This record gives sequence, structure tokens and C-alpha cells, in this order.
Amino acid sequence: MNWISNYVRPKINSLFSRREVPENLWTKCDECGTMLFHRELADNLQVCTNCGHHMNITPRERFNALFDGGVFTDVAVPKPIDDPLRFRDQKKYPDRLKAAQKASGETEAMLVVEGEIHRTPVVAACQDFSFMAGSMGMYVGNAIIAAAERAVALGRPLILFSAAGGARMQEGILSLMQMPRTTVAVEMLKEAGLPYIVVLTHPTTGGVTASYAMLGDVQIAEPNALICFAGPRVIEQTIRETLPEGFQRAEYLLDHGMLDRVTPRGEQRDELATILRMLTGEGPIVYGDLPAPIQDEALAEAVQAVEETVEATPAPAADGDKTT
Amino acid sequence: MTQYLDFEKPLSEIEGKAEELRAMARADETVDVEREAALLDAKARDLLTSLYGGLSPWQKAQVARHADRPHCKDYIETLFTDWTPLAGDRNFADDHAVMGGLARLEGRAVVVIGHEKGHDTRTRIERNFGMARPEGYRKAIRLMEMADRFGLPVVSLIDTPGAYPGKGAEERGQSEAIARSTQACLRLGVPLVSVIIGEGGSGGAVAFATANRVAMLEHSIYSVISPEGCASILWKDAEKMREAAEALRLTAQDLLKLSVIDRVVPEPLGGAHRNRAETVRAVGEAIEGMLAEFDGRPAEDIRAARRTKFLGMGSTGLVA
Ligand SMILES: [Zn+2]
Repeated sequence: MNWISNYVRPKINSLFSRREVPENLWTKCDECGTMLFHRELADNLQVCTNCGHHMNITPRERFNALFDGGVFTDVAVPKPIDDPLRFRDQKKYPDRLKAAQKASGETEAMLVVEGEIHRTPVVAACQDFSFMAGSMGMYVGNAIIAAAERAVALGRPLILFSAAGGARMQEGILSLMQMPRTTVAVEMLKEAGLPYIVVLTHPTTGGVTASYAMLGDVQIAEPNALICFAGPRVIEQTIRETLPEGFQRAEYLLDHGMLDRVTPRGEQRDELATILRMLTGEGPIVYGDLPAPIQDEALAEAVQAVEETVEATPAPAADGDKTT
Repeated sequence: MTQYLDFEKPLSEIEGKAEELRAMARADETVDVEREAALLDAKARDLLTSLYGGLSPWQKAQVARHADRPHCKDYIETLFTDWTPLAGDRNFADDHAVMGGLARLEGRAVVVIGHEKGHDTRTRIERNFGMARPEGYRKAIRLMEMADRFGLPVVSLIDTPGAYPGKGAEERGQSEAIARSTQACLRLGVPLVSVIIGEGGSGGAVAFATANRVAMLEHSIYSVISPEGCASILWKDAEKMREAAEALRLTAQDLLKLSVIDRVVPEPLGGAHRNRAETVRAVGEAIEGMLAEFDGRPAEDIRAARRTKFLGMGSTGLVA
């Protein structure tokens, strides 16, 4: 056992049980119907312990499990102007937004952070399906641009967890414009020679799939995640035939050559670090007891400043690896 | 025969009457109807002016989809010389919903890419109603990369209801194809100018319209989703397309205010379909004007300007 499972994890879990699950002690798996105790489900990253069904997980919960010691820092995202189109359907857009903010405790549908995975420094962004179906509007676009800019500034890879019903219709054409805007962000990473890994989670659909979520150097998906541009219902209405079993699910896409891997949530931490360390010329992950990462902010900044000076001086061996 | 849209009903009655009178006169030379017919003409003109002066967003959507509106093929055949279509994605098929090839505009060699909807049942089916499959985007990517290698500007003509919601299109990775096509637009060191000539439908439009300059015909539309689609999702009622069209701000006029597009090309009175030749000419002038803005600019500058433009997009809302 290492320090993460011995010390930090129980502390984090106790935070979760206090904050997030006050009444509902049990959750029923939509797939197999098993009643799952919330604590057990949280420990298993919201994956059914009976059938392996992957349920929705909040970005913070995911990052808690992903990063060393559950330690990560938010990256600031520039706030877009409010309700640019003054959009109104049956409800006003600002009212819908406020309701989503209240329910989730988050600003918007994407969280950008930095931290370390098996001592591999990364920037990570995660889309929040529980926030207005993870829909992509100006904020999500700004978040991806901020993530890419931060990754380039720090010389770190970017990992992006996608989840979205598609575009934020209440931002009309401006939601559509996030397709080119986020593609510019991906281009920044490619030009800086930094790895960009996408983890597609259930569901990733529409304009999100047709932009940043399909442009990773490595494309990973969670088991059984729905990944598509046009959803199965729209297709069935258009072609009037029943679609094959598993159509547009992660495993189907893997079979059709659209993905590199399908990886269960619990294995992603090791896998992401393993891939990134090879792409960036680092040695293999060192498993086992390691000292906890520095949590004191002033000290962390001082260490980072030293690291940046070190990075600024040429390291011939690492550069040589990158160019081959 | 003019095909009348629903909101043009009163117009069809007046124009129909004028036509009837003239038909009478043709049958019987002793009857003089010209005075009366001319009055009806004037009345029709007034009505057309008032109708088209205040089209609602939903009415514009109907004009944008009008069957007689000039389509990609009409522009290509009229505006360009040496038109040489180039086919195929070198992988699976040639997508007939996307026209692409080499041509000259006023003597200057360019690459042209555009959606073609077709004009009758046979050609509409052949063109898949202007809905590209992955092969269409991949053909466009191939042509854009070639344009970049040989320093040819790219002109794209946008007219699509959107990407094709089909089994094969999904299986062959249309998401990835659209994403790569947008990326190809962003990588060009040559100018890319787009004109939305009818419908700019969602990702299918963006894939070719991530351009240095985007112009829209006066009554064309450009949107993240069709008014009908938006109505059925947000209003849970596809019949609320009027409200949805209003809320989406999909008109050329609103998109210019939002700085999503750069110019609006005026249409003849009564819409592009009432004077196709004049419309095609106006679009040609707009393309030349937009291309001229980039004459002599270095590749890196053209690429950087395009990126900066999209990064800054949306920083201002609708200026009232
Ligand atoms: Zn289960």
C-alpha cells in the first residue's frame, strides 16, 4: 500500500460522504439493478461493482482520483459575456444557467486544473455532463483555450475528458463557433509539440465530437460510452431501420478504427501516465511509497520557479528523444 | 413558373391575375389588358418590397431553402472559367454532395469547394440534398492541402442542411472528418473566403467556413441547429420553429452584428431566386473583394489572422 490509499484517500472520501451524499445512501445501477452503497460506489469511481457500468462522475471527483494524493489546482477560465444572444425559449437562458450553477456548485460545464499523475505534471480539463448536459458554449470554448494556453506555458501535456449532449443551443451561432475556436486550441498544443490525450466519456455527441474531442494524439474511451455526431434516434428517423447492437458505443468505434483504446475508469490513471511518460521522454512510472507532493502553496511556487529555470536550460537528451 | 412560399400567397394571387390577363390578350388580340396588368405589376412590386423588407427569421429560412435559389453549381458554372472538378477522398468514395476542383476567377487560379443540393428529384438524390458524408469532408481536406502546397486561394460556397445523419456516415467517422476539415481550414497559409449562399447548417458548414472572410447572402441563414430541430428540443414542439428561428439569431443581419460574418451580400428584390443572374454576379464581386484583401500578405500572417479572428469571436454580444 502506498501513502495515497493509506492516508489521503480516506480523508477525501470522508469529505465526499459529508458533502455529496447526505440522504441517498444507496444508488441503483441503471444497467444491472444492483443496489450500491454510496461509499462503495464512490470508492469505485462511480462504476458499478457488480457489472462494471460506468455512471456519471463529477469533474472534481474524477480529478480527486486521477491526481497524486487527490491534489490539483484550478486553472482560471476567462468568463464570457452573459447571455450574448439574449436567448429565451420557455425559460430565460440566464435562469437555466443559474439553476445549473446552484445544482452543481460549479461555474460552468468544464473544469480545468493542473496537477501530477504518477509524478507526471499535466493540465487536465473535464466536461461536466450534469451541468446543462455538458453543452459547449463560450465558456467551454474559453476553458479549452485556457487549458491549452496553460499547457503550452508550462510545457505540459493536456488530458481532456469529454462529455456533452452537443452544442449550447442558447448561445446559437456562438456555440457553433466553439468548433473552430477549440480547434485553434488543439493546434497550439500540436505546434508546441505537446501530447493531447482525449478520454471520451458517456455521452460525447454533436459538435463536441466533431471538434476537439476527435483530435487527440491518442483517443481513449470509457466502456460503453455513446460517441457520435448524429444521435441514434435521429439516424433511425432518417433511414428508418433499426441500428445494430452497440452502434456508436465505444467498443463499436474501436472496431471501426475511430479509437485507440477503450479503458475502464479505474485503469485510466496508470494508463494515462504510462502513455504520457513515453511520449515526453520520461522513464516508467515508479510505483510504491513516495513522499506526498508539496501542498504548501508558497513552497510549491518556489519549486515551480526553480523547475521553470531548469526547463529553460537546454536538456540535450530529452530534446533528442523528441525529435526522433 | 415561380414557386411561391407560404408567406408569398397574396403575391401569387396578384401575379397570377396579371398573368391571366396577359394570357387572355394573347388568345384574343382585340382585348387590351396592358394598363390593368401593369397596375397589378406595380401592386405586386409594392407587396414584394414590403414583404422582403421585413422578412422574419423563419421566412428567411424558407427563402434560403427555396428550390429555385441559385446553387453551388450555378455559381461555379457562371463565375469561374477552366472549371476542373476533382473527385474522391482516395479512401472510400467520391461524395457528390460536395463539389470541389480547380478553376479560375477573373483569370486567377483557385480551389473551389462547395455543397450542392441538386435542383430536381434526380439530382437531389444524387447530391444527397447537400448533406455531405465523411468522404465529402475528406475530399475537401485533400483539395485544401493541395491549394496550400501550390499557393492557390480557396473559395468555399456553403449550402447545406448539415451533416448526413446516416449509419455509414457515422461508422466512417464523420465527427473526425468534420474536425479534421475545420483543422485543415485553420492550417491554410493561403486565403480562404466563404460565402453562405443558402443554408449554413451546423458542423457541415463550419467544416468549410472556418475562413478568413465569411460573407452571407442577405436572406441566407447560418445556425448551430435548424429552427425545427431547436424547436423540438427546447420547446418540445417542432411547430415552434418561428420562435426558435427568432431566438437563434441565424440571419445574416444578426450574424454581422455578432461579428461572426464579415459582410452581407444584398439579394435582388424578392430574393435570389427572382433574379439568379444578378445574385451570382453580386456573389462573384464579393468573393473578388474578399480575396483582394489578402493580396501580397505572407502565409504566416494569413494563418495567424484567421486564428486570431476565431479566438476573439464572441467577445461582444449583440450590439443593440
Ligand atoms: Zn451494474
